[in-house]
Amino acid sequence: MKFAVSDRPIDVEAAKQTVADQSCGALVVFEGWIRNHNEGQEVERLEYEVYRPVAVKEGAKIIAEAVERFAVSNAICIHREGLLELGEVAVLVCVSSPHRGEAFDACRYIIDQAKTRLPIWKKEHYVSGVSEWVNCEHCAAAGHSHGATPHD
Amino acid sequence: MKVNIRYFALFREQTGCSSEVVEWSGGTAAELFQAMAEKHAGLKAEAAALVAVNDEMASWESALNDGDEVLFFPPVAGG
Repeated sequence: MKFAVSDRPIDVEAAKQTVADQSCGALVVFEGWIRNHNEGQEVERLEYEVYRPVAVKEGAKIIAEAVERFAVSNAICIHREGLLELGEVAVLVCVSSPHRGEAFDACRYIIDQAKTRLPIWKKEHYVSGVSEWVNCEHCAAAGHSHGATPHD
Repeated sequence: MKVNIRYFALFREQTGCSSEVVEWSGGTAAELFQAMAEKHAGLKAEAAALVAVNDEMASWESALNDGDEVLFFPPVAGG
């Protein structure tokens, strides 16, 4: 049951082993990859800035919430920071549980919450030479906010 | 009161600084942001911005205390 930030490539196999459990019949793994395009722009590489003290604390809360809400046995999430190349694993979630249903639900909950609650920012470097901070996709898509805003 | 403000990612680029100590009359985190937006012409409020105080996530309506470290987080985009 943990959340970690890593400045080195994520060892997916090693992470899976940390949730291995003989009482579990299901392992659900989500890998978030660096893809080569976003909103019509060709992406060359990506940079993650993480404020670790809060990210680690909030991340641990998200995992604890998922374990309690879906009654899964084990869960782990690792997020990268720094400069990443195309195809690299940016974020990994592994959840094990006796049956698959709750493992899928918990995995989805962890990645969705991680994207909107953790102080992590993504700067895309485009092939065109321009680079830009990316806005939270949930907010852009749903037009919702996570609480009071500085201007209301 | 004195508060220490830290700016991250987009906010750091907009203000041109990663942290500053400011003397301030007091109020909520939202009011402090507003005051800083008046001081730094480039700093723009964002609907999905978040705030933390002393390394704990907080509400924009939280009242700040002397000596607090206030962290202004622009819209996050993990994953």
